[in-house]
Amino acid sequence: MPTNLLTLLPEIILTVTGVLVMLAEPMIAPGKSRKPLGWLAILGTLASGLAAFYQLQLVNASGPISGFYATIQVDAFSVFFHLLISSIVLVTLLASLDYFEGPVSHAGEYFALACFGATGMMFMTCSVELLMVFIGLEISSISTYILAGFRKGQATASESSLKYFLLGSFATAFFLYGIALCFGATGSTSIGAIAASLGTTATPALALLAIAMVVIGLGFKVSAAPFHVWTPDVYQGAPAPVVGMMSTAPKAAAFAVLLRFLFNAAPMYRNHWIVLIEILAVLSMTIGNLGALMQRDVKRLLAYSSIAHAGYLLVAFTSIQQDAVAAACFYTAAYAAMNVGAFLVITQLSGYDEQARTIDDFTGMALKRPGLSALLGFFLLSLIGIPFTGGFFGKFYAFSGAIHNGHVVLAIIGLANSGVACFYYLRLLAALYARPVREDATLLSPRKLAIPAGIAIAASAVATLALGIMPNHVLNLVQRATPETLPAFSVAPAVSTLPPAAPTEMTR
Amino acid sequence: MNLDHSILTLILLAPLVGAGVLALIPERAGNKIHAIGALIVTLVTLGLTLHLPWHFNYAAARGSFQFDQNCPWIASPAIRYHLGVDGLSMWLVVLAGFLAPIGVLASWNAVKERTKLFYTLFLLQQVAMLGIFLALDLFLYYGFWELSLVPMTLLIATFGRTENRRKAAIKFFLYAFIPSAILLVAMLWLYARTGTFDLPTLQALAAQHAISTNHTALWLCSLAFLAAFAVKVPIFPLHGWLSDAVQEAPTAAVMVLAGKLGLYSILRFSFGIFPEQSRHIAPWLIALGAIGIAYGALLALIQTDLKKLAAFSTLSHVSFIVLGIFTFTTMGIDGGVYQILNESLVGAALFVLLGLLYERYGTYDIRDYGGLATKHPWMVTMFVITTLAAVGLPMLNGFVGEFLILSGAMQSVFSYHIFWTVVGTTGVIFGAAYMLWMIQRIFYGKLGLRSEEVKGWDLCAREHVELWPLAILFLVMGLASPVWMQAIDSYGAAAANRPVAVEAVNIEPASSEPHNNLTLPCAQKTPCNQAGAFVDPSLAAAAVNKPAPPVNKGAQY
Repeated sequence: MPTNLLTLLPEIILTVTGVLVMLAEPMIAPGKSRKPLGWLAILGTLASGLAAFYQLQLVNASGPISGFYATIQVDAFSVFFHLLISSIVLVTLLASLDYFEGPVSHAGEYFALACFGATGMMFMTCSVELLMVFIGLEISSISTYILAGFRKGQATASESSLKYFLLGSFATAFFLYGIALCFGATGSTSIGAIAASLGTTATPALALLAIAMVVIGLGFKVSAAPFHVWTPDVYQGAPAPVVGMMSTAPKAAAFAVLLRFLFNAAPMYRNHWIVLIEILAVLSMTIGNLGALMQRDVKRLLAYSSIAHAGYLLVAFTSIQQDAVAAACFYTAAYAAMNVGAFLVITQLSGYDEQARTIDDFTGMALKRPGLSALLGFFLLSLIGIPFTGGFFGKFYAFSGAIHNGHVVLAIIGLANSGVACFYYLRLLAALYARPVREDATLLSPRKLAIPAGIAIAASAVATLALGIMPNHVLNLVQRATPETLPAFSVAPAVSTLPPAAPTEMTR
Repeated sequence: MNLDHSILTLILLAPLVGAGVLALIPERAGNKIHAIGALIVTLVTLGLTLHLPWHFNYAAARGSFQFDQNCPWIASPAIRYHLGVDGLSMWLVVLAGFLAPIGVLASWNAVKERTKLFYTLFLLQQVAMLGIFLALDLFLYYGFWELSLVPMTLLIATFGRTENRRKAAIKFFLYAFIPSAILLVAMLWLYARTGTFDLPTLQALAAQHAISTNHTALWLCSLAFLAAFAVKVPIFPLHGWLSDAVQEAPTAAVMVLAGKLGLYSILRFSFGIFPEQSRHIAPWLIALGAIGIAYGALLALIQTDLKKLAAFSTLSHVSFIVLGIFTFTTMGIDGGVYQILNESLVGAALFVLLGLLYERYGTYDIRDYGGLATKHPWMVTMFVITTLAAVGLPMLNGFVGEFLILSGAMQSVFSYHIFWTVVGTTGVIFGAAYMLWMIQRIFYGKLGLRSEEVKGWDLCAREHVELWPLAILFLVMGLASPVWMQAIDSYGAAAANRPVAVEAVNIEPASSEPHNNLTLPCAQKTPCNQAGAFVDPSLAAAAVNKPAPPVNKGAQY
């Protein structure tokens, strides 16, 4: 197989799947079930996951593969995120097979968009050229904008979609501006070349500005405070399974880009950007947790919680590179498992028409749906960070890295914050197990759990538990991912491949 | 097959597997299958825990762990599955095993609906508690410590008595969780310094002052440990959650709510890893303990709600133990550990009895009762025995513990002033006052409002089975305390003079003037490396094989 093709194999499979779903959609008579399309998309996602696994074997055997004029690089780091994203999308697709069943179904589009979105996210994680990253970002963003508004005919859905679109475009503009400034400062948009010439740039101020812009742009995407304002509204309006996906997969991709950019392209400015990251982390944790305290709507509550989790994840960035990448990757995986799981259970509990929205609606749910409630409880405990769950080790690695590197205050702020956080998680958890406020609150006749959705929820629960009991396996993978993200710069950052003269002339 | 190498894992597995099996059995109304299952599981666990005192090696070196199980679990960070017991934890494990069947029996009729959830959570709580007592890896311990919060919170939130239950549950969780988060930071800092979570290793390092040279950091770290444990005990100003939680929690949960977990953790981890800091802070804790004794007793005196009364009496009793262990005398620590056992047993009996009253009369308001002695002769007998054990009547178990604690406090070089011991002693008087007054108001006098109109019945067979073992233990533990002391003393003696082993060499030149060491209590300001200065001089002398200087330990006042 040609190398170029090989480097983008998972993305290509997903794109083809998406196109096939789009083509097949009109062939199914209106009013008929769209489930076969869903199964097609699921098979495609599974195949792309397997392709990523195949890439991993190749990388294990012979080191990183690069293609398309060294703009794409497949290494353990990118493969890790490919696997993660494809599993998130797979689980989401499984759970939403029955979600969009109805007289007016747009399920075909939904399945295709999910595939395209995943393609964009994967593309972001394996590009080592900022413009390619930007293209990936756009592909994934546009798909998620549409997915956010998928509960058609509802005001909140339109609000959600539009808000996401407007603020998201804003963010991509920032990101693009950052790339442009970066090019101005270094004469290149390739990560390797940027790293090589940042040290000798004549305009460090411009470079700093560029880094700040990129961080802001990605900060929007990961919903780190103070760029978080869109999150609660968007999550509230979007369909629950979509929220599960878009609160994890695009974030994972954005974090991957941030890791690559900060640690590979800009390691020289570490002392500068680390301040920026610290501020973002503290703000995100504090605002996220305090904001969540006041929420009554479960989805808004989890939206604020996801802001807080972005903050915890940013704490991991303050470690030295090796620890930071490992901790951040692990946290992303753990967060994905528990958050997707929580949203999938909420999808089931609140009913596909999302009748149960507030904490009061969930009160006494354990009496009606004991199994699902217990699972939601488990995911909530993991989000709190109780030991023997993935969430615990995520926090553990992030904070122990920070403490190792002398950021004890940051760790204390973070852990005090997770103390605050348990208040609102517990409110939901206690509500699940309390007696119903109103006895007549028979929201819906307990709907039978569809088998695919059951499999999806079980998979998330097993993943969360496995990450909490045997974190070593994933940790080994992410630790191996570390050195390859920075091929040469840790050793010799000086060799410049591009003449840094161009920007200097411009500044004259 | 030799059980010694796997017994601790079996002890942990039995309730865990039991909880799993119970969770899978479907629930039907009026079905007792979950209660029966839980009873079997807890009895099996009790049987397994009894293996420990049977095969415990009393002649083993002090401070060594037995029934050791140590295998790697997670490579990075280095976390090991390390279990073991010593003189401190052995009887506590048996205690936890012993209280569980009583808890199940106490819930037999009290919990009517959602029995599956109840007994599953109850057994999980049991796993967490046993895990706390058994774990010797700091990290593993932390896991069980956090895990112990979850079933308890859910038990309170689900099976609470009044509408206040959710608030009480969340209050309980937050009170315990926030300091635990800080505890985690402290543990991670320790790990960053030493690269190990293994308790024996950390203890050895602490004894050589090899953890860190940064005294401020060590201090903060020890405070983080102490604060997390103090909340769980609870020690005086941190007791805000106790009365709410006690009021709401069902009897079986209330029995294990306060006291032993926090106190054990202080003894094991605060004293083990921060021997110097613990000694420096001891005067303060002695003061807080004494205040807690008097404060809890005074509050208990004015309560009209039986559960609240019991809650504040618990506060008073655990403060007694705090006072005892922070004296850092062999007597005080021995008495403290013994009193942990007593307090748990007496508290369990008291809460079971209160639960029985509630089952019959549906109220905890003391004013509704009165004159029950004629109606329930057996119940009043049990109540009186429990009360007498609680107030420390000689020949019953409470006396042994209280006597040792107060003698320890008299001897201690750490108690700031004899005033605190005196304050502590008043607790004994107040304790007798509120307990006996409670008995008088419930059982004697005229028939109360509620006790007149409701029929009620005396103890049934199941209730006899719950209470008799406790009553017999009160007596046996009062008469034959050496059976328990033998193991406890092996810990107490080691803990009381742990730094001596290291410091003995250092103070040898100065041992001709050990009295200087007694010019105390500028405790907090003294540099940490003078740990030897805080060692009981007679013990220090014993450690360097010299006859003890004739110091009258009480005379300094």
